[in-house]
Amino acid sequence: MEKLIYLDNAAATRLDDRVMEAMKPYFFDRYSVATSEFGYSSGIEAREALDEARSKLAGALGAEEKEFIFTSGSTESSNLALKGIAMGLGSKKGKHIIVSKIEDFAVLYSARALEREGFKVDYLDVDEFGLIDIHQLEERITPETILVSVQHGNQEIGTIQDIHQIGRICREKDVLFHTDATHTFKRIPLDVTRDFADLITVSAHSLHGPKGVGGLYVRKGTPLKKIMDGGFQEFDLRAGMDNIPGAIGFARAMELVTEEENTKLKEMRDSLIKMVFEKIPEVTLNGHPGNRTPQNANITFHYVEGESVTLHLDMYGIAVSTGSACFSRSLESSHVIAAMGGDHERAHGSIRFTFGRFNDLDEIGFTVEKLEEIIKNLRRISPLGKREVK
Amino acid sequence: MTFPYNDIVLEHFKNPRNVGSMEKPDGKSTEGSPACGDMVSVYIKVDPDTKIITDISFESYGCASNIATGSIITEMAKGKTLEEAKKITWKEASQALGGLPAIKAHCSVLAVEGLRGAITNYEEKHGLSASREATTVEVVRKKLKKVMNPMMGLDLVTTNLVKEIEVKEGVVHLLIELPENHQFSAVIKEEVKEKIEHLWDVKNVIIDFVG
Repeated sequence: MEKLIYLDNAAATRLDDRVMEAMKPYFFDRYSVATSEFGYSSGIEAREALDEARSKLAGALGAEEKEFIFTSGSTESSNLALKGIAMGLGSKKGKHIIVSKIEDFAVLYSARALEREGFKVDYLDVDEFGLIDIHQLEERITPETILVSVQHGNQEIGTIQDIHQIGRICREKDVLFHTDATHTFKRIPLDVTRDFADLITVSAHSLHGPKGVGGLYVRKGTPLKKIMDGGFQEFDLRAGMDNIPGAIGFARAMELVTEEENTKLKEMRDSLIKMVFEKIPEVTLNGHPGNRTPQNANITFHYVEGESVTLHLDMYGIAVSTGSACFSRSLESSHVIAAMGGDHERAHGSIRFTFGRFNDLDEIGFTVEKLEEIIKNLRRISPLGKREVK
Repeated sequence: MTFPYNDIVLEHFKNPRNVGSMEKPDGKSTEGSPACGDMVSVYIKVDPDTKIITDISFESYGCASNIATGSIITEMAKGKTLEEAKKITWKEASQALGGLPAIKAHCSVLAVEGLRGAITNYEEKHGLSASREATTVEVVRKKLKKVMNPMMGLDLVTTNLVKEIEVKEGVVHLLIELPENHQFSAVIKEEVKEKIEHLWDVKNVIIDFVG
């Protein structure tokens, strides 16, 4: 068995050893719960460590310490953003929310849940590259609109939205703006002041940090209602025991991301795309040709089905994911590719490669070499393609 | 390593048997479509005297269980008479593969349907006793239920694209509500002809597009 070539870093990443080192003491030596400044000393120390991690993460977004709350991951963050604002403003200002059609499920299904509760939701179209239409957004905003939620970088195709523009429109029209930055935090610049964001979802799992830790930036004064009741943690916005090792790990993971690393990810991304297009005919790049997250390449190999491709790659120790219905537990094909106007065949044959800190260019070369062989073999047995190549 | 399928399935997936299209098959059928996720074509050659399947091949656009089932079913059907091959069930194919995940049943059942479709295709071409029924509007409608509307992922009849069916002295006349120059018109026309043209008492198929 060859070594694992892991190209599914959007789904999860290998923990960086240095993150583990930073977290360790908070499991074994300083394991106290964070207490108030009137508690016992180890609890006060835990509180200080938690606040330091919070301060670092808030700082990375250009925010203040008290504007960053820890959660269990981006799913919880986005749920809190949408449902918390709906609860906080729904009866005061209005019941209208705007999201894009290509949001991750946490945003999309939170919006649908709110629809069932009587909210009206507009789903913004995207163009063939996955970009929303700014004018459509402007048109859809009404005096009842309480929140616009448009992601920063897409989870499947990597397309980066112009959130600066989106944020400015929302600010001008006095509408709150949430962006899911799970796949862009520390990968591309993001600043709460410059980008006019009121709520931002981030997560440690995509940055070689621990799973089960995320955060939500909440601008000071934002009328967010807590949706999980219990204690008074996280400025009384999110009850539940503080995950101190997780918070420390998230902050450390954030610090370890460098510009050099992002450049290296871009090199791997561009190199894979270039090699695939040189070596394999009948392929389509999904997403924007230039405006995409450094770690994402998504390509449709026509006339073949994605689950077959992933299984063949898996046999060579290469892990990727696909937008094919067969791969998903729901047996539904990618809603992102459908929203871009792609048909079922384009979704079924789409393969997502996402790169991380522990990949290198040799792995990319090996992957393309194997892909070339696999696609050739699968096309040989496919009834499509022969009569439909134009 | 932990793969989502057992070793027999993986073996057939990696090295599928009897793969490819066939020159001048005696019977042929395509089941499924890219819209519904998977697609299988099965081709057979039949000895006219013994009615034994002497050669068989398949093509697959689909996931591992689709490919593996296509592979095993060609092995199971080869050398059998049409009557015997018709009786092969999805369950038997699945058992021969050592079991398939339940969620993948719909992908693998297509191969079984493909085999039966190819046999029916042969029988209809040759007007064999079992299927020597006259082609009526109902028969045509049933056939059209097997043609996918690529825009919807459902068949032509269910999605209401077929506006009129007329059968008169061996001529089948169809009215399909779709502009003639629509991107899918040509594909639909081809598939419709494939399903009807070979029927023993059909002399001609005329397809008109409106809209």
